[in-house]
Amino acid sequence: MTLMLDKPARSADRAAERAPYWTTRRRDELAGWLFVAPQLAGIIAFVIVPLGLVVWYSLHEWNVLAGTFDFVGLGNFDQLTSDPKLGPALRATAVFSAGLVALNLTLALFLAVLLNQKLRGTVVFRTLFFSPVVVTLVAWTIVWGFLLQDNGGINGFLDSIGVDGPNWLRGNTTAMISVIVVQLFKGVGLNMVLFLAALQGVPADLYEAAKIDGASAWARFRRVTVPLISPTILLTSILTVVGSLQVFAQIAVLTQGGPGTSTTVLVYYLYQQAFQFHHFGYGATISLLLFVIVLALTILQWRMRRRWVFHED
Amino acid sequence: MSRRLKVGVYAVLLVCCVPFVFPTWWMATASLKPVNEIFAFPPSLLPRSVTLDAYRKVFELQPFGQQYLNSFYIAVLVTLGTLVISSLAGYGFARIKFRGSGVVFMIVLTGLLVPNEVTIIPLYRMFDGLGLVNTHWPLILIPVLGAPSVLATFIMRQFFITLPRELEEAGRMDGLGRFGLFWQVSLPLAKPAVGAVSIFTFLHSWNLYLEPIVFLSSKDKFTIPQALTQYVDAYGGAMWNVQLAAATLSALPVLIVFVLAQRHFVEGLAQTGLKG
Repeated sequence: MTLMLDKPARSADRAAERAPYWTTRRRDELAGWLFVAPQLAGIIAFVIVPLGLVVWYSLHEWNVLAGTFDFVGLGNFDQLTSDPKLGPALRATAVFSAGLVALNLTLALFLAVLLNQKLRGTVVFRTLFFSPVVVTLVAWTIVWGFLLQDNGGINGFLDSIGVDGPNWLRGNTTAMISVIVVQLFKGVGLNMVLFLAALQGVPADLYEAAKIDGASAWARFRRVTVPLISPTILLTSILTVVGSLQVFAQIAVLTQGGPGTSTTVLVYYLYQQAFQFHHFGYGATISLLLFVIVLALTILQWRMRRRWVFHED
Repeated sequence: MSRRLKVGVYAVLLVCCVPFVFPTWWMATASLKPVNEIFAFPPSLLPRSVTLDAYRKVFELQPFGQQYLNSFYIAVLVTLGTLVISSLAGYGFARIKFRGSGVVFMIVLTGLLVPNEVTIIPLYRMFDGLGLVNTHWPLILIPVLGAPSVLATFIMRQFFITLPRELEEAGRMDGLGRFGLFWQVSLPLAKPAVGAVSIFTFLHSWNLYLEPIVFLSSKDKFTIPQALTQYVDAYGGAMWNVQLAAATLSALPVLIVFVLAQRHFVEGLAQTGLKG
């Protein structure tokens, strides 16, 4: 109402002739833009422009300490392809993501199916499985760091059952396993809750019908449950994959990328190059690579939805 | 379900619980133990003798109270800011038909495809240029205006889409403008979405690690996650009892809220558009 700019009409028939400029439609046009303007401005300033700058920086050799900013064309990309540390970083990233996503989705679905049974006390268990989600990430990591030490609780436990545990955080393979496991138990509760919500939406009569047809529990799970919750599986897998590519705090706190470069994932390598060695240009090139990977994986998963996401309608 | 199967399911659930629950329990109890007892095996589930020594050191060695306050007020501001931006934009995309909304939505969605880590270098340079490095501005502005708020906008939009048209038509009859419809009709109905967005925005800000260590350099500006890793002795070895005490303090408020409101907490997250 405040937007009414027309002067009051002098006579009734003149008002009828002249349509008001601020029609509902025009007002909605303006209102729509105003509602989304802050977000749009933010995305342009804090995502689109920086993304453009990353491309610009990647064409330069930029050492902040030396105060140099020289155009080198595709020089950084040449350096990237011949960087002996890039292969291991990509491998560590792939191993971490694949391991985490596979374990996370399997465990989350397993727990959700268990908690979806008609049993007393499932709310208590749901709360317990979810609780690590609300523990500060670095705090969670510190505790596991203590438990995984050579003389920590995990090895104490293994000792008591007669197994000689490795020095988890100092072994090439075990360090990666440790980081995956720590992150697994931290985040699995969230996916479990999303799966539970989806499972509760599966109509019970479908299970009854399958049972009458003589389908085993496993067959019912494969043929009824999985197809019906496939949209949730897609969503959680996208969120988990993208999240796993961003892992940083756990690496920085637990292993600092080591031993050697066995847990130096791409984001950690990017951090080292840019903020420890002050190679901002080269860091920007790694950022671009990370962006391309995230983009490709997201598009791939989205494309695959037609093949394996089942919609009831 | 047969009795034997039930017992079996409970047994599996109990075993599965251990790696989820034990670390948190042990963190809280070990922080009350004298140093030598922390390393004892088998670990005592309750401290044999209680000491608050580690908690005293938490505050002696660093301005932990200040750091706590930093984390808290940053998380609150980020949550409020994100709610404002994302509920407005979510409503705009869901309920208002305006030219260009499709294109704008696609532009905004790029925020979901660009992790913060990708743009951290230019963002650092931008804030450095503005003289805002080693202030809390980047930790507030980037999540509220940048990529992290896009998921919130998406969830709000998914929620507003499901509201029946008739509600707003009734509001229009009563003479409400667009903002009135948003503020008085739709937003009050969006409580579950608002709840979910608040929870995960607060947690996200509370957990943030890369941004603080990139942007902040003085101890009184630090946030909690960053502060936790600073309790080391002169040789760089971790002071475990102090780290565990500080870690417990960092987790306590969120854990308490979670236990008290776990139903709303978990269901809020499960109910929103995240169902997919």
